[in-house]
Amino acid sequence: MNLRHLATAASLALLVPAMAACTSNSPSTGADGSDGTVTVTSTDDACEVSSTEVPAGPVTFTVTNSGSKVTEFYLLGEDGLRIVGEVENIGPQLSRDLVVNVPAGSYSTACKPGMKGEGIRADFTVAKSDTPVDAGDQASVEQAQTNYAAYVKDQSDQLLTKTTKFVQLYEAGKDEEARDLYAKARVHWERIETVAESFGDLDPKMDAREADLEPGQKWTGWHRIEKDLWPQEAKDYTALTDTERKTYGQDLLKNTTTLDTRIQKMTFTIDQIANGSRGLLEEVATGKVTGEEEIWSHTDLWDFQANVDGAKVGYDGVRPILVAKGDKELATQLDTRFAALQKLLDQHKEGDGFVSYTDLTKDEVKALSDAVNALSEPLSKLTAAVV
Amino acid sequence: MTEDETSESTSFGPSRRAMIGTGAVASAIGIAGGFTAGRATAAEPTKGAPPSPFALRGAHQPGITTPVQDRLHFAAFDVTTTSRARLISLLKEWTLAAERLMDGGPAGPIGPVEGDYRLPPDDTGEAIGLPPSRLTITFGFGPGLFADEEGKDRFGLGGRQPDVLKDLPHFPGDQLDQARSRGDLCIQACADDPQVAVHAIRNLARIGFGTVSVRWSQLGFGRTSSTTAGQATPRNLFGFKDGTKNILVEEAKALDEHVWVQPDDHGGDWLAGGSYLAVRRINMVIETWDRQGLGEQESLIGRTKDSGAPLSGGQEHDDPDFAMPGRGGPVVPKDSHVAVVHPDHNHGARILRRGYNFVDGSTDLGTLDAGLFFLAYVRDPATQFIPMQNAMAKNDAMMEYLKFTGSALFAVPPGAGEGEYIGQALFT
Repeated sequence: MNLRHLATAASLALLVPAMAACTSNSPSTGADGSDGTVTVTSTDDACEVSSTEVPAGPVTFTVTNSGSKVTEFYLLGEDGLRIVGEVENIGPQLSRDLVVNVPAGSYSTACKPGMKGEGIRADFTVAKSDTPVDAGDQASVEQAQTNYAAYVKDQSDQLLTKTTKFVQLYEAGKDEEARDLYAKARVHWERIETVAESFGDLDPKMDAREADLEPGQKWTGWHRIEKDLWPQEAKDYTALTDTERKTYGQDLLKNTTTLDTRIQKMTFTIDQIANGSRGLLEEVATGKVTGEEEIWSHTDLWDFQANVDGAKVGYDGVRPILVAKGDKELATQLDTRFAALQKLLDQHKEGDGFVSYTDLTKDEVKALSDAVNALSEPLSKLTAAVV
Repeated sequence: MTEDETSESTSFGPSRRAMIGTGAVASAIGIAGGFTAGRATAAEPTKGAPPSPFALRGAHQPGITTPVQDRLHFAAFDVTTTSRARLISLLKEWTLAAERLMDGGPAGPIGPVEGDYRLPPDDTGEAIGLPPSRLTITFGFGPGLFADEEGKDRFGLGGRQPDVLKDLPHFPGDQLDQARSRGDLCIQACADDPQVAVHAIRNLARIGFGTVSVRWSQLGFGRTSSTTAGQATPRNLFGFKDGTKNILVEEAKALDEHVWVQPDDHGGDWLAGGSYLAVRRINMVIETWDRQGLGEQESLIGRTKDSGAPLSGGQEHDDPDFAMPGRGGPVVPKDSHVAVVHPDHNHGARILRRGYNFVDGSTDLGTLDAGLFFLAYVRDPATQFIPMQNAMAKNDAMMEYLKFTGSALFAVPPGAGEGEYIGQALFT
């Protein structure tokens, strides 16, 4: 997940439930809105909404842009400020669905051709129905945001502390101690990897693997040093000199400091937290479970656990919102599958860490991979369920 | 289910299958041939065209601008002989065999069930009764044909190796399997029936035993591009229309500019009228991709999943408007696939794509070993393909879901004239 994905996650998050519901819940289109389906035609100077009243429950707005500029559609609360739901970036002649679960009350709709101003607004009513809808609890939202930001900042802080120590040991030629601290320091990176990676300028300098490089690109960062500390499997490897060690060590430290400075200023929205949780499991599926991340040290299971830790923290933070919104079933499924994955990981613990990835049998790796897939599938629905 | 119902539900030669049951093989060929043409009319403006297969001989080899068939078998070979004469005689044999095969005939001059009863047939027989299925066979020469790993001239061709015919560089994200990369020679067999394509490669490899050895081969199903205006743009395994901006056979000027090597180009003395073929086996991280929201998928590609229209609006073939503002940046994101590889952002470079979807079963972890077997024909890989691949590796957000596992580059000689063999100009 890169920076753009973080930045646009809010709008994307709304598209996810929209499409899912569109295929399953709206086989017919009732222009009168009685079945919770409303068509919206946005032009450069008008916003035609097929119905101004729907029953409480899930509502699908199918928004078509018939104008010449990019448009947006909003469902706003009674105060005209609170955004209940939105779809952005609808290009000319394209359509998008917005699905929102709305309780009874007064609202307004707004098309915003050209994405400027307060948009073309109209009153919109949601009538009482038999479908219970929970509006969500603002306090638990703020709690989740505060807690997650604190977690990320703390991890970044610990990363900087341990990296400082690691670089000192490495530069001093205390290889055994440096090797011991390598995975322990990286754990803090891996726990917040989706956030750390969102800085496109730092990630390639800090976490690039040899295979990621292009000709002429200088290889720096954690994995460069990893190879120097675990050269046994490297062919024809020339150890770095003391001067080179200092160069790479200081470079890593400088970038870690920059990263920490930036992270200390960050805030996170609910969809970013939920997307981050999903993203960390993707990191496991694509890099860790295949043993590609730490090809020299084989400390992949440390990273694996750290990614899962970070995902679990994100999930636990938004879980009260998930439950409040009524999706206990998803919460139960995620609880069970996080636990199942953790149980598998626990089998490979050794001392204060993990066995080498090369010690795992094929069947053990497959079992881990299956557990990651089992968890990732429902986790991919989390953002839509909590936003 | 009766035989007829089975026939109705299959897309290839239903008449043939029914007919073979009755033993009327010869007439089945005619009827099924007609059926093939009939199918073609659904998507292409060839209504009323006779059911004749494409010709091997001509200014250009077939299988480049030919309307893309549905199936592929692609093979790369190492040349094992040290004899220039043996190599030339193989190219002669291959040319004749390919001509027969494309014509719907046997690989050898005798046939699968004809000839000496004590001898193994000179055609393996699995294509008996099958129509030509629009088979095309295309040959290419890799850098290794000219010089070995130490740079030593192998067949007296060293001085004629074009500057740009060398192994593709390592690109970021490459995790190449050498056993699926490179090759001294290649054969691309495309057909609407996979058995016809496999039959071609199998028999050509058989002819080559002792002179060449198969280095690797790849099956492809489901074309992922169109080369004629009448063909609908197909979908890749991400579920998106791919190669909308492909060069089409109708664009004669663009073909000369972007696909066919010109006489004045380096190596043009033997390669003019030919092209370069860049081959990339691109594994897709299917399971992770499938967990992305629809909006995220569309923003990674830069097109809608439904119609394939650019996110700046309109229809599939409308030009993307990369300047159109959206919330948080251009409405077609700068790191979307369409923005990164668009000719406007690559000094006008265009390529002729002819790739195929592939699924080679599943991995040890139970995930699909699947993706896109990318084939692109270009006039100059150094200015068209390599910069585009580098831009993609550096800037394309889709890279997160791709792993490049195979890579090769070949020079594809021009078509052979009557009485000539493929690549003859290189050896004379």
